[in-house]
Amino acid sequence: MGPESLEERQKAAVEEVLKAYPEKAAKNRAKHLGVGGPEDESQKTCGNVRSNKKTVPGVMSQRGCAYAGSKGVVWGPVKDMVHISHGPIGCGQYSRAGRRNYYIGTTGVDTFVTMNFSSDFQEKDIVFGGDKKLTKCLEEIDALFPLNNGITVQSECPIGLIGDDINATSKQYAKQTGQTIVPVNCEGFRGVSQSLGHHIANDTVRDYVFDGAPKVLGESIEPTEYDVAIIGDYNIGGDAWSSRILLEEMGLRVVAQWSGDATLKEMAQTTKVKLNLLHCYRSMNYISRHMEKEYGIPWIEYNFFGPTQTIKSLRKIAAFFDEGVQAKCEEVIAKYQPMVDAVTNKYRPRLEGKQVMLFVGGLRPRHVIGAYEDLGMEVIGTGYEFAHDDDYKRTKDEIFRSTVIYDDVNEYELEAFVKKLQPDLVASGIKEKYVFQKMGLPYRQMHSWDYSGPYHGYDGFAIFAKDMDLAINSPVWGHSKAPWESEGEA
Amino acid sequence: MQEVENIVNGQKLFLREEYQEVLENKKQFEGGMGAINPEKVEEVAEWTKSWDYREKNLAREAITVNPAKACQPLGAVMVALGFENTMPYVHGSHGCVAYFRSYFTRHFKEPTPCVSDSMTEDAAVFGGLSNMKDGLKNCAALYKPEMIAVSTTCMAEVIGDDLFAFAEAAKEEDGGEFLPEGYPITYAHTPSFTGSHITGYDNMMHGIMSQLTEGKKGEKNGKINIIPGFETYIGSIRSVKAIVEAFGAEYTMLGDHADQWDMPAGDYKMFAGGTPIEAAKDCINAEATISLQKYSTVKTMKMVQKRWKHAGGFSNPIGLKGTDEFVMKLAELTGKEVPQKLKIERGRLVDAMQDSYPYMHGKKFAIWGDPDFLIGMVSFLLEMGAEPTHVLCNNPGRGWEEEMRALLDTSPAAADCHVWAGKDLWHMRSLLFTQPVDFMIGNSYGKELMRDTGTPLIYVGFPIFDRHHLHRYSISGYDGGLNLLTWITNKVLDQLDEETKDIASTDYFFDVVR
Ligand code: SF4
Repeated sequence: MGPESLEERQKAAVEEVLKAYPEKAAKNRAKHLGVGGPEDESQKTCGNVRSNKKTVPGVMSQRGCAYAGSKGVVWGPVKDMVHISHGPIGCGQYSRAGRRNYYIGTTGVDTFVTMNFSSDFQEKDIVFGGDKKLTKCLEEIDALFPLNNGITVQSECPIGLIGDDINATSKQYAKQTGQTIVPVNCEGFRGVSQSLGHHIANDTVRDYVFDGAPKVLGESIEPTEYDVAIIGDYNIGGDAWSSRILLEEMGLRVVAQWSGDATLKEMAQTTKVKLNLLHCYRSMNYISRHMEKEYGIPWIEYNFFGPTQTIKSLRKIAAFFDEGVQAKCEEVIAKYQPMVDAVTNKYRPRLEGKQVMLFVGGLRPRHVIGAYEDLGMEVIGTGYEFAHDDDYKRTKDEIFRSTVIYDDVNEYELEAFVKKLQPDLVASGIKEKYVFQKMGLPYRQMHSWDYSGPYHGYDGFAIFAKDMDLAINSPVWGHSKAPWESEGEA
Repeated sequence: MQEVENIVNGQKLFLREEYQEVLENKKQFEGGMGAINPEKVEEVAEWTKSWDYREKNLAREAITVNPAKACQPLGAVMVALGFENTMPYVHGSHGCVAYFRSYFTRHFKEPTPCVSDSMTEDAAVFGGLSNMKDGLKNCAALYKPEMIAVSTTCMAEVIGDDLFAFAEAAKEEDGGEFLPEGYPITYAHTPSFTGSHITGYDNMMHGIMSQLTEGKKGEKNGKINIIPGFETYIGSIRSVKAIVEAFGAEYTMLGDHADQWDMPAGDYKMFAGGTPIEAAKDCINAEATISLQKYSTVKTMKMVQKRWKHAGGFSNPIGLKGTDEFVMKLAELTGKEVPQKLKIERGRLVDAMQDSYPYMHGKKFAIWGDPDFLIGMVSFLLEMGAEPTHVLCNNPGRGWEEEMRALLDTSPAAADCHVWAGKDLWHMRSLLFTQPVDFMIGNSYGKELMRDTGTPLIYVGFPIFDRHHLHRYSISGYDGGLNLLTWITNKVLDQLDEETKDIASTDYFFDVVR
């Protein structure tokens, strides 16, 4: 490292990056880039960045759309319902089975998560409207998949532009059949990213699950004092399961998972719980607030990445309950501590001081920082695809050192930051993965856990540590340079 | 709990007793039928395997379930990445572009550059002109491409944006700062509510070829143009080039994305390889144009044949006969004898086919994919004496069904070979249960069919997300034929081992020599 401090280098990198833009774009992007300090009270948001604004056109943003936020994130994992990608063929195909929302069920019979149902719009549906086709789709799904517990209609871009009324169509069909049909107006052009899709989807849960009185199979549950729901865990690689086990061990009863491995019934019964546990604040704060207001259910945010945050969160959750739960919580912490110590002792020396740059969505840009720091790794840059101010405010409490903050970072910027700041590991999504690997940089996908995981909870932390070691210490990165290349050349 | 010396990921973690308990315990809160009444699930699962279900399934008119096709701009992005230093630019929603990039990246394990101009609600009302003005300028400033190739998402198509006028307006407003006079901005309308990804391929290829060659018609340049089509096998492009080069022919591969999706490690550059723009501008003056995929280049080839009056035409170099035809076409166009190198390669392939034929002969196959891929693959299966029982194409073009039928009719087993045009993979599931086959050939979506029906899957097609590096190989030319033969034969042998490996019961047939 040169004589400059990390912070100075970060500030210089931000300035440098902005130079490449035409004036108007530079002005815009300047507001989304900054350097956050852990103890800097003067900053309104971490790095003082602005967020949740329109993406600058033409820059290769990593963002997705409202449909992705609704179908891909909130509704798609609900396993006993069929989710129609309503419109042309593309969206549903590209988003099929890519997110690793694990679930237990007989796919195609009583569960449907990894399948793709598309109304496959043709020109005539655009010209004459697709409502009739939608009704036919609903009928055919009920005939061929009789064990579905409901159907959601996920609107793709054209729906809202051609004047279709999926709400009326769905309502009519629901009335005729008594089925739960949820129309979701999550067209991709609404809002600026996935984020509005989360919100729209949350609102439809409110309207069609809570207010819609869906028929649910089996007996309704008898509430207990210890009922909680996991909200905003999509069970990627089984994350919700490795979280659930801890909550159950401390004497709580997890009545529902939202929405990884979820069923409609679990969601409908959540209004009876004592406390909502919110992991991904961004995608499900809306419905949590609604349950607080309408049903008086408090909610708390927690973080199950890495032992430090996990322990903090377990205690925070236990504090809502009686001493029995609190005592058990301490037992759980004590039970896992030797394993965590063993993992940290093994991997920390191999990872100590390695620097990391993150770029992810939802909660991870701040939530996983602690897990890295538990391993002695240093997060020096982070940013969100689709965060709002409240996320960047929360980020202030999670960073450990001067950190470059980039909102809605694009390919150009991320590449430039990495080249300037030279981290040892980049952790982001599939679209960026091979860019950095080609540069010879270790990389982990932090949306899909790179087909590993789970990463939540104690058991997940062990996997996380092992995976980070695997990435950083693999011999493959040393092969890029051929033996005949002389020093300095590369 | 994890043990530090043996940290396992979810695959084994969730098999542990404590997690099995968690999963079992969760069921009491679930409302899925599996938790309430597992017998009912079994009963319905059985029903989905029946002829009764098959008939209802095949009668579907509205809902597509598990399709085997994608949307237009995906194909347009592929075309753009086949030209040197060209940025695919999609006018419309950026969500679509995130999908195209991740879809290709998951398949090729390579970066896929592509920008969008991020149209949102206000653009839906006022049109996307200002997005396009800013977008083209920012794209040119940041990434400095030599050409920008514009296609459209559904959104821009529904509101009816005029690409040509917008591109002109963008240039004018820019005043030459980032988009100088004559800077190539090619474009194509790619509405996803008609056709599929191969239609988008056709539209963009047509757009680039017609727009770059405007006013360029002149002396013949003596070259042959080759259009690969929506080719997802990098090795196939290289095989085809090697064949043309063996003839010593001058040629232009139009839309050559082989190097873009096969970059060596070391340094990252956004663009690699591709048809030089200058060569593309001159493609109108070639002697001939050969398209390797008829159904992916309908509109493009109409222009080439009707307006440009090029010789050439279609040639599908998958399988022995397909490659023979391609080679003969080149011999005819170049007026040269078939080179010795190719004669030897052909001989080797035939030799290999004669070595392995007993294992493919009479085996029943189900196969799905794009229309040209299927024509090539089915003719190869027939050359080996295999029976393509179910041939399914979700995105057939006009005339495909008849062409495939005629091809299957050359088989002695013609009566048992079925063509399924416009059907999807949930139809395929019914077909596999009611008229089972020995093997399936297809993409990663076949995985669920493999799980449900127990039919072994041979990975050939697009997309392939869960097997590595297959796309680096060739399935075209004589060498590509050898790859296909190797993959298929060895899968048959793997399966034979699988079925004969039970100790002291079936393992008398578990031969070490086959
Ligand atoms: S909105 Fe249209 S263009 Fe975009 S992914 Fe969906 S089908 Fe394709």
